[in-house]
Amino acid sequence: MSAPVLLEGVELVKHFPVRRRSEERVHAVDGVSLEVRRGETLGVVGESGCGKSTLGRLLVRLRDPTSGSIRFDGADITTLSRRELRPFRREMQMIFQDPYASLNPRKRVSQIVGDPLRIHRTSSLGDVRGRVRELLEVVGLSPDHVNRYPHEFSGGQRQRIGVARALALNPQLIVADEPVSALDVSIQAQVLNLLDDLQDDFGLTYVFIAHDLGVVRHVADWIAVMYLGVIVEVAPADELWDHPIHPYTEALLSAIPVIDDENGGGRRERIVLAGEVPSPIDPPSGCRFHPRCRYATEICREVRPALVDHGGGHVAACHHPLTGAAKEGA
Amino acid sequence: MPSSISSTSRSTHGSAVPDSTPLLEVRDLRVSFHTEAGLVRAVDGVSFAVNEGETLGIVGESGSGKTVSMMAVMRLIRDPNAVVEGQVLLRGRDLMQLAAGEMRSVRGGDVAMIFQDPMTALTPVYTVGWQIDEQLRAHGEVSRRAARDRTVELLAEVGISNPRRRADAYPHEFSGGMRQRVMIAMALSCSPSLLIADEPTTALDVTIQAQILELMRRLQQDHGSSILLITHDMGVVAELAERIVVMYAGSIVEEGPRSRLFRDPQHPYTWGLLGSIPRVDRGRVRRLTAIPGAPPSMLALPPGCRFEPRCRHRFEKCSTRPELAERAGPGRRDACHLDPAVRPALRQSSLGGAQESRA
Repeated sequence: MSAPVLLEGVELVKHFPVRRRSEERVHAVDGVSLEVRRGETLGVVGESGCGKSTLGRLLVRLRDPTSGSIRFDGADITTLSRRELRPFRREMQMIFQDPYASLNPRKRVSQIVGDPLRIHRTSSLGDVRGRVRELLEVVGLSPDHVNRYPHEFSGGQRQRIGVARALALNPQLIVADEPVSALDVSIQAQVLNLLDDLQDDFGLTYVFIAHDLGVVRHVADWIAVMYLGVIVEVAPADELWDHPIHPYTEALLSAIPVIDDENGGGRRERIVLAGEVPSPIDPPSGCRFHPRCRYATEICREVRPALVDHGGGHVAACHHPLTGAAKEGA
Repeated sequence: MPSSISSTSRSTHGSAVPDSTPLLEVRDLRVSFHTEAGLVRAVDGVSFAVNEGETLGIVGESGSGKTVSMMAVMRLIRDPNAVVEGQVLLRGRDLMQLAAGEMRSVRGGDVAMIFQDPMTALTPVYTVGWQIDEQLRAHGEVSRRAARDRTVELLAEVGISNPRRRADAYPHEFSGGMRQRVMIAMALSCSPSLLIADEPTTALDVTIQAQILELMRRLQQDHGSSILLITHDMGVVAELAERIVVMYAGSIVEEGPRSRLFRDPQHPYTWGLLGSIPRVDRGRVRRLTAIPGAPPSMLALPPGCRFEPRCRHRFEKCSTRPELAERAGPGRRDACHLDPAVRPALRQSSLGGAQESRA
């Protein structure tokens, strides 16, 4: 239950200028703290524009935070130079959403998967080829395909190539940003099962970023829900599913289309949120969700709620949490 | 889901049912493309019907032929290398035989369409209001002023606040969800009897998707139009469709009323699809029952059952192509050689692992 923390983000902020020399900033990530424990999967969900992808990139330092810090395995990596970061890069890899855009079309599979090995000089050059074949086999591709180009593979197979590349250096942590959303459902299941097997075999830690709640619940031990650049709720996956505390989580869960309402009794009361997500350039005051929240009161407009522990590691940032008593009254 | 339609479970393929002629009947539709690499059979003998006031969902993965079928039905396939065969009967009138001008009045008039990406379906250079006005004026003698009044009414009906002012905005000034509302307003403008919706919510976030599905459901109740919903998302068809057609590699593998199709699926491909989705309505599963392999190349389809190479339950007979027929009771059709009597047990065995809860 209490595996040691492998990755930790503290008060992470990332603002992007709207245009050069402009005072306006897109508040992509606005004060996010989280922990990922070794061997576990943290799912990060949220709708488009909530900052989940930016957060993922901050965590592996593909982007530098405006403020805040990142600790990996106890070491502060926030301000390390490229050179200093190198040994950490080996431990943290990323899988991207689009298996078409994330593989160089002019490189053969042997190069794509072998490059990390060559760059980090983990294997002697003679061994690279053997290691690439081995990796392809691990992700369920034929080792005989090493000389092919990405266009010769289907979407699902390309995503496997991306996974093989991420695995090449035996990382401890993989940040997967929407790894299956570009794939057809039958292929999605294959890739999800693969990621699951790899976690068991190699003791991997995942940060799994996705908009599909069903997928996140399937893979994650913990789920963090983001809205407009902030985390509104974090809880163990089943706990979040069964007892959402934040009204946004409640609405998000209720919006999922349910396949068979008569069989599982899984249908929730549908809460159709009015309006749309406000602009992250000028996010609402107080609680960012208040303009769309059916429980909002004066305090929500004025005071930004802090993440409060409701027991068992279930934290939520809400002035009117949907815990037993409050829910009755609503 | 509320539904006032009761005559929908009737099977309506092949021979016409005398007392309830379907609104739309597609018979043996075939679409193939001559390409450099050879003949691509995108749609290979598809027959289905949409009844009055009914929502029919067509689900399938990419390449299953669902979108090409829809384009063929609307005669929107303009590729000179394409060969389209079959009959498309709208209230008994074969659309394939219509002159181009007649077809134009059907499109947007009696049959309207909404697409996945409203940004590409709307012209960026004209205001939203102008585009809806134009549609109204193209399909009827309406004055500019009357058209605009109707446009504003329609925009209000689909939930766009301040419609008179918003009518003067350009598509890029709307969000994705709002653009889809505009598309729906435009589709409704000529009170179509059939609305074809191709992945209407795929580009949208779940909370916005819920808004649009709610809107479509309400509009169908108010207007009584039929909907042909095309999607890859089992959840979305489950929300909206009363009857469901499952497509794979250019042909229909299974068809039936929603609840029975989900509770008692007949075709191994449908089992695989349902096992591939993390089910939000049930307990967590340890492992998804993925379908092994990938869909066949449309250039080299398997000679027998299209699903045979990926099917866990294939046997000798599968080298011949199974016909889509009623095998598991009235109102349901499937294309599988397996004896209906043995299917429940096989389904249990292939979904077995998936049903076991993680607890």
